[in-house]
Amino acid sequence: MELKNLTISQVRNGLKNKEFTAKELVKSFLAHIEKEDEKVHAYLSTTEKLALEQAEKVDAKIAAGLEIGPLEGVPCAIKDNIMVEGEKCTAASKIMANYVAPYDATVIRKLKSAGVIFLGKTNMDEFAMGSSTENSAYGPTRNPNDLERVPGGSSGGSAAAVAADECVFSLGSDTGGSIRHPASFCGVVGFKPTYGAVSRCGVMAMASSLDQIGPLAKNVADCKAVFDVIKGKDPRDATSTNFPAAKNHEPKTNDLRIGLPKEYFAKGLDPEVEKSVKAAIGKLTALGAKIKEISLLHSEYALACYYILMASEVSANLARFDGIKYGVSAISDKQSAPSDLLDVYLKSRQHGFGDEVRRRVMLGTYSLSSGYYDAYYLRAQKVRTKIADDFKKAFAEVDLIMTPVAPTTAFKIGEKIDDPVTMYLSDIYTVPVNLAGVPALSMPCGKAGKLPVGLQIIGPHFSEELIFQVAQTIEDAMRS
Amino acid sequence: MFDVAHIAKLARLGLSQEDEKKFAKDLTAILDFIDKLKEVDVEGVEPTLQAAGLNSVMRRDEGIKRQEESRKKLLANAPEAKDDYIKVKAVFGE
Repeated sequence: MELKNLTISQVRNGLKNKEFTAKELVKSFLAHIEKEDEKVHAYLSTTEKLALEQAEKVDAKIAAGLEIGPLEGVPCAIKDNIMVEGEKCTAASKIMANYVAPYDATVIRKLKSAGVIFLGKTNMDEFAMGSSTENSAYGPTRNPNDLERVPGGSSGGSAAAVAADECVFSLGSDTGGSIRHPASFCGVVGFKPTYGAVSRCGVMAMASSLDQIGPLAKNVADCKAVFDVIKGKDPRDATSTNFPAAKNHEPKTNDLRIGLPKEYFAKGLDPEVEKSVKAAIGKLTALGAKIKEISLLHSEYALACYYILMASEVSANLARFDGIKYGVSAISDKQSAPSDLLDVYLKSRQHGFGDEVRRRVMLGTYSLSSGYYDAYYLRAQKVRTKIADDFKKAFAEVDLIMTPVAPTTAFKIGEKIDDPVTMYLSDIYTVPVNLAGVPALSMPCGKAGKLPVGLQIIGPHFSEELIFQVAQTIEDAMRS
Repeated sequence: MFDVAHIAKLARLGLSQEDEKKFAKDLTAILDFIDKLKEVDVEGVEPTLQAAGLNSVMRRDEGIKRQEESRKKLLANAPEAKDDYIKVKAVFGE
């Protein structure tokens, strides 16, 4: 049996039937990472000692004849902006090169209680800013489907680790599409929950009103299994919410109403991508689902709105990286010692932050500065309301909305890195979802050439059960 | 035109002269793109102030009592510490 290919349920069965031990499983993954990650660079660091300790606990439990939980003994990878106690947490930034997490993020605590094993921390765009994982201070991740291409961003390491069989599942963060976009480019399933459904405590904040943690996995069932463990209200995150009680009557496929927003199937969409996406939706209509063309009228303003709000929150959140409390500091620089406190800030942040981070911090500072606040920040918050209203109106007519995840398949490394605006356009189909706070899943729906294409399934707030159910139907239909 | 030097100072970001040129070009392009928002009629629209629809979430007004060990972990991450304090440059001039 190839241990590295396993899904969550296969791991569980293998452990229960004693086909392998958790320790053997971990060692098999670590050996595969050692070999494969030289090419892919999905990981920034591995947490071998922790993984082996965790595996021993699981093996002892099985040896004692005790029942193991659904995720127990399952090896995973964690995006490096999520804190695992005692392990390095860099957010792929130079400024956090030496930072050791003093506590576990809530999602990590929950996964630890479920018996999940941590293999390591994955590469990302610095502080989750980017659409290609080229903005990592530690070098880009490569797409396992084609090493010349990007894995998408910013959870590119987490997506590539799953696609390259370097873990069973991973966690990512999604601020403007950073789970769904790389999931689509790498050919795995990625899920962004409803805003507030998963605690953000212990996750390095990028744009707090948009950030959401979620899983990336090999199939829909695995994604759901991880989400079920990490969701829920957390007293340490005041913006987290409890799930409302599940609705009794979830529509079945034969009376499902699917909305296709005309603004998403327009100029700029690669015809091969469109063909794949429509073919997947066709699998549902063959089962009786009804298609309706809808309009998300303000879609064309979503990206501009996002860039103001995200950058504004970034400028505030990243003020904490000042070279005083933690991280790499100019204060310890013996060559060019800072002259005063201001100089410590200026130099620490100049050398610690990469270009994309500095661009966004400045854009945000500008949008929030006196004289520009009304014209930029406040106006964007109002446009955000209109974008959220578009979704509300649409969900009065349809159960789910389906769209491509990105206008193209994975692009080449270096292709867009010198042109920020073109790079930002990669996220045009994912960003509105974060502005509205609704959940969305990205799943593979075929290929264009040898590159994977992703289908995005968007639902109203707290409709995750329905999204998973329909995604599962599509996955089954595509397999048969 | 975008005054990069001024904004960088507000943002507490050191920039080289080369940086200034590069960021002026990038940020001008981004702002041109963002100007699109001026087309939207937002008359009478309420801004989105809270994304999860929550209202004034409160907790007890109490500090968290840190244990010795957790204090040590936090201080271990500080660039410069002395005893149980983080060391900084003088805040007031001579």
